Amino acid sequence: MEKEVMSSLKMAGNILCSASSFIRKCIFGVLRVGPIPNHIAFIMDGNRRYAKKQKLSHDGAAGGGGRYDAGFWALMVMLLYCQELGVKYITAYAFSIDNFKRKPEEVESLMTSMLEKFHLLDILVKLLAVRVHYAGNLELLSNELRASAMELTEATAAYSKSVLTICIAYTSRDEILHAVRESCEQKRIDLEFGNDDDDEIKLMKVEKNMYMAVAPDPDIIIRTGGENRLSNFLLWQSCWSHLHSMWVLWPEIGVWNLVFAILNFQRNKTYCLDMKKKEKEL
Amino acid sequence: MWHLLHVTIHLCYFAINIANALESHLISKGLLRRYKSLHISKLQYLAIVIESEDCRTSNVIELLQWLADLGVKHVCLYDMEGILKKSKDFILEKFDGATLFQENDVLLDQPLMTLEFASFSDGKEAVAKAANVLFMKYLKSGSTSSYQGEQIFTESQMGEALKTVGGNGPEPDLLLVYGPARCHLGFPAWRIRYTEIQHMGPLKSMKYGSLIKAIYKFTMVQQNYGK
Repeated sequence: MEKEVMSSLKMAGNILCSASSFIRKCIFGVLRVGPIPNHIAFIMDGNRRYAKKQKLSHDGAAGGGGRYDAGFWALMVMLLYCQELGVKYITAYAFSIDNFKRKPEEVESLMTSMLEKFHLLDILVKLLAVRVHYAGNLELLSNELRASAMELTEATAAYSKSVLTICIAYTSRDEILHAVRESCEQKRIDLEFGNDDDDEIKLMKVEKNMYMAVAPDPDIIIRTGGENRLSNFLLWQSCWSHLHSMWVLWPEIGVWNLVFAILNFQRNKTYCLDMKKKEKEL
Repeated sequence: MWHLLHVTIHLCYFAINIANALESHLISKGLLRRYKSLHISKLQYLAIVIESEDCRTSNVIELLQWLADLGVKHVCLYDMEGILKKSKDFILEKFDGATLFQENDVLLDQPLMTLEFASFSDGKEAVAKAANVLFMKYLKSGSTSSYQGEQIFTESQMGEALKTVGGNGPEPDLLLVYGPARCHLGFPAWRIRYTEIQHMGPLKSMKYGSLIKAIYKFTMVQQNYGK
C-alpha cells in the first residue's frame, strides 16, 4: 500500500515537473518573439536574510558556508534559464571589496564556501559549455582561491555558448582605478619605446582595461532584496542598463521574476537603444 | 501572444499609475499621516537626472521650488546632452532661491539652495582626463615601482584629479530619474557608489506627492555599506 502511494506521489511529481517545464518553455517561446537581452547582471542580495529566515547557521565550523548554498544554486538556475532564453552574458556580484569589512569569521566562512563552490562550478560549467571569467582584484584573495579561479578561467576559455562573469573582490571604483593605472603603465612603456602615437590617454584605452571589457554593457541589472542602489557594481557599464529591483531574496528568485524583468526590458528597449546611439554622437 | 502579454503588462502599469496618482494627490494634500514629517536632514545631496528631450526649464524650476519648500539644500541637475548646463544662467535667474555649487563648498546648511549642473562629459570623459593628470604625476615621480604606483593610483588621488578637470562633486544620497526608463543615463560613475536610485517617470508628469514619497522612502533606508 505504502509503495503504491509513494509511486503515485512520484508520478504526480513527475507530471507537475513536466507541466511546469512545458509552461516555462511556452513562456520563453513567447518572450523570444521580442528582443532578448544580450547581457543580464545580478546583484545577489538577500542571502543573509534568507539564512535568518531558514535559521541556517553561519558558524564556519558547522559548515557555515551553508547559508550561501541556496544562493549558489539560485545562480546556477538563473544561468540555465538565461541559456535557454538565449542570453549570452551573465554577470553576478559575488563578493565586494567592501564585504571584507564584515566580521573576520564571516569573511573566512564565505571564502571557504566560495572555494567549495568553485570546484562545483568547474563541473557544471563544463557540462553547460559556459566560459567563466572572474572580474575583480584577485590579488586580495587567498592563493588557493585565486589559483582555482585562474584554473577555471583557462579550462573554459574555449567555450562560447555563454559567458559567466563572477565579480569577486570587485568594486567599480577599484575597476576604474585599475583601468586608469593599466592605461598609464601602457602609455609609459609606449613612450619609453617610442611607440606613442597619441598625445594623451584616450577614453577607449581606459575602457579596454576594465575588468568587464570581456562583456558588452549589461542590458538589465537585477537586484534582489528590495534595495534600489548599485552598491559599487558596474557603475561605469550601467549608463543605459535597465535597473530592475525586486523584493524577493536572492535564493528565492525564480523563473517568473526573470520573466518579469525581461518583459520590462522589452518595454524600454527602443529608448535604451536610442540613448546608446546618442552616447556615440556626444 | 507576445503582443497580448505586453498589452496585459501595459494595462497593469496603467492601473498602478492611476493608484500612484491617487496616492500622490492624497500625500500632497497632507492626508496620509506617515508622509507628514520628513527627516530631510538625512538627504545631504540630491541628484536629479532628466531625459534631455524632456528638459523644459519651467518644469525644472517648479521642481526646484518643490525641493526648496521641502528643505533640500544641495541639488545636482544632470541631463546627458548638457541642455540644463547651457540653461544654467536662465535657471539661476528665474529661481531666486539658489546659488551655483562651488567645488570647494562643504555640505553645510546654507540659507540658499546650491545647484550643480552636470552632463555626460562629466562622467567617462572626465575620468579619461583625470587619467592623464595621474599619468603626469606618475611620470614626474620618476619611479615605476609598484609602491609608487600604489601612492598615486588611489581613490583620493583620483578624486583630486577629477576635481582638477572639473568632474567631481559630492556623492548624491539619492538620485531621482525623470524619464521613460529606469536608468541613470551616464551620471558620473565615480559618484554613485551607494546612491539610492528611484525612477519618477517623465518630467512632464511630475507630481509633488510622488516627490515626497520618494524622499520618504529614501529616509527609511538602512545601508550596510558592504558590512
